[in-house]
Amino acid sequence: MGSRKNFVHYLILAFVAIAVIVYITPIYWILATSLKRLSDITTRLPKFVFDISLENYQKLMPPEGVADVTYLFLGEVLVGLLLFGFFSLFNVRLPRALSLRNLGLIWNSVFVLTCLYSFLSLPPMQSRLQTDARFNFLLLIVCTIIAYLLIAPWRKTGGLTSQTLKKQRLTFVLPSIFGTVAICAVLANGGSKYFYQLLNSIIIGGGSTILAVGLGTLAAYAFSRFDIAGKDDLLFFILSTRMLPPVVVVIPIYLMYSALGLRDTHFGLILLYTTFNVSFAVWLMKGFIDEIPKEYEDAALVDGYSRFQTFLKVILPQSVTGIAATAVFCLITAWNEFAFALVLTEVGGRAVTAPPSITSATGSTGMDWGKIAAGTFVFLLPVAVFTFLMRSHLLRGVTFGAVKK
Amino acid sequence: MSDYQLKMAFIMPTMILLILMNIFPLLWSLYLSFHRYKASMPAAPRFIGVRNYSRLLADPEIWGYFQTTAYFVILAVAAQFFIGFGLALLLNRDFRYKGFVTTLLLLPMMLSPVVVGLFWRFILSSDNAGLLNFFLSPFLKSPIGWTTNPKVAMLAVVIVDTWMWSPFMMLIALAGLSAVPKSLYEAADVDRASAWFKFREITLPLVSPLLLIALLFRTMDAFKMFDIVYVLTREGGPGTATETVSMNLYKLAFRNYNTGKACAMAYILLIIIVALSNIYVKYLNRVKGEAQET
Repeated sequence: MGSRKNFVHYLILAFVAIAVIVYITPIYWILATSLKRLSDITTRLPKFVFDISLENYQKLMPPEGVADVTYLFLGEVLVGLLLFGFFSLFNVRLPRALSLRNLGLIWNSVFVLTCLYSFLSLPPMQSRLQTDARFNFLLLIVCTIIAYLLIAPWRKTGGLTSQTLKKQRLTFVLPSIFGTVAICAVLANGGSKYFYQLLNSIIIGGGSTILAVGLGTLAAYAFSRFDIAGKDDLLFFILSTRMLPPVVVVIPIYLMYSALGLRDTHFGLILLYTTFNVSFAVWLMKGFIDEIPKEYEDAALVDGYSRFQTFLKVILPQSVTGIAATAVFCLITAWNEFAFALVLTEVGGRAVTAPPSITSATGSTGMDWGKIAAGTFVFLLPVAVFTFLMRSHLLRGVTFGAVKK
Repeated sequence: MSDYQLKMAFIMPTMILLILMNIFPLLWSLYLSFHRYKASMPAAPRFIGVRNYSRLLADPEIWGYFQTTAYFVILAVAAQFFIGFGLALLLNRDFRYKGFVTTLLLLPMMLSPVVVGLFWRFILSSDNAGLLNFFLSPFLKSPIGWTTNPKVAMLAVVIVDTWMWSPFMMLIALAGLSAVPKSLYEAADVDRASAWFKFREITLPLVSPLLLIALLFRTMDAFKMFDIVYVLTREGGPGTATETVSMNLYKLAFRNYNTGKACAMAYILLIIIVALSNIYVKYLNRVKGEAQET
């Protein structure tokens, strides 16, 4: 009996393995194609053994070659990840003068200085897109500094609990994240169209995510804690805006944006994506805030906090995980969005994001599948990373917070 | 600040945004749907009553697009349901690296449909290095023109959509399956119930509410399908073999710039979607209520 059960168990695992292979093959094939030479792609039968070449990725790079600062940033991204991994895995005792906090401070200062240096050493501007890319780069630096001031852990030194240690280690990852964006910015400045579009995707996705999560959190708190007339109807109204087919919504938006001159602008797309994501953020954040016990707030109110202070000092810190999960979902949605971007931007335009541009590579005759594969893979990679980071919240995210585990 | 002021300050920005960016444009398109208007022409909208609607509803081609959409929705959702539920049944046990394997399977649904859909055209291609045709070649005489043959083009769209979205069904079904109390199965084992009996009498009734949510969600999403058709079969081709309602609406509005008629079409679509989402939200709230009671 026991051996038969074991046999069934392994048989099922074999089926699972087959399923994984079937589902991952297309993604693997994107990677494989992106690493092939042209002569290995246009064969009659698919080639499984091939020489690895980076020529497809080189096609995405700036025509005049890659600027040296790119490698500087790449180095910083890698060093940041290594430092983070090192300090997370090994419990290293550092001398007092060089505590984890000070090391983080030094490391992040180095990063900000690199940003400023690379901004000053950019090549002269030639085209309008490069002017835009430069402006975006400046925006990135400003955002980075603001982000540091807001979330940097060195503002508070509340003893060496495991929580603060964790936060201090996380500072090593921040330059890696911002550094990746900076690489896109440098390459866009160098004249790479593809990275210019990726940078647009990052700016529009990031901007709309910050707005949507901010607005959504406020509204979700109100819906979670206060009595509101017609609450269920309002919530239904908010959700129903998300259910509308993009093609239906985009027709009047197109007319409106044409009249207001918002077509093919970053601001226009950020506004639209915020609208699109805010309903999702409200529903998801309401689920997270519902889970925070009311007693916490009551205790704070008794202690003399105002409602708003309670929200800032009790609810927000308690819902950091929820905010992060919601933000990642909004970011992925905005990153992947296609229909709005297709209609409201122009290919080769100022605010065009990556999805319409990757798909507009459709030539009348042969398509350069290698280049498409390389672009696609770069585009998919961040989403895949975030999916693995968010895996415990996926269920909530795809069901608008209705189903929790 | 009083509670009332705080409440208003927290809700109003969201509401104003939604009204400005959703309700106002929709009202405008309602206005335009009763007019003859082309966005590419300088001529002002001219009132023509319900003629846009009556023309659309009398047009057999429009019903053809609805038929295509329905055909796609039924095929794709059914395939996703069975494959996703089957995968969930397989995964509903303890084994090493379960979390990793599940996340790997979930990857397709997080990716951009349009970007991955484009690459699927390469995988499905019949002339150069098509991966699927290569794997099917032992069973076929000649390679299938997945995206060029009108008879199988819809099947190609269904395959890609199923690859993307059956993990979604799997995720929700898995949540339902793991919530079934083990004691029920143990009790059934004591009574020497057959595996089929356990599945029918314990698993299905307890998982069905969640499965229904997943089905409704997918139905609505599949009904709106636009991205994959746009890239995979080049805007609903070959001919109009895979032209869904959304695709047709896009062509009407941004290829022909027949804005008035497109607005009317959008409203017909809108009514159907609102009805569907109404059912969905009602059901969502009910399941939520049940979950809180237990």
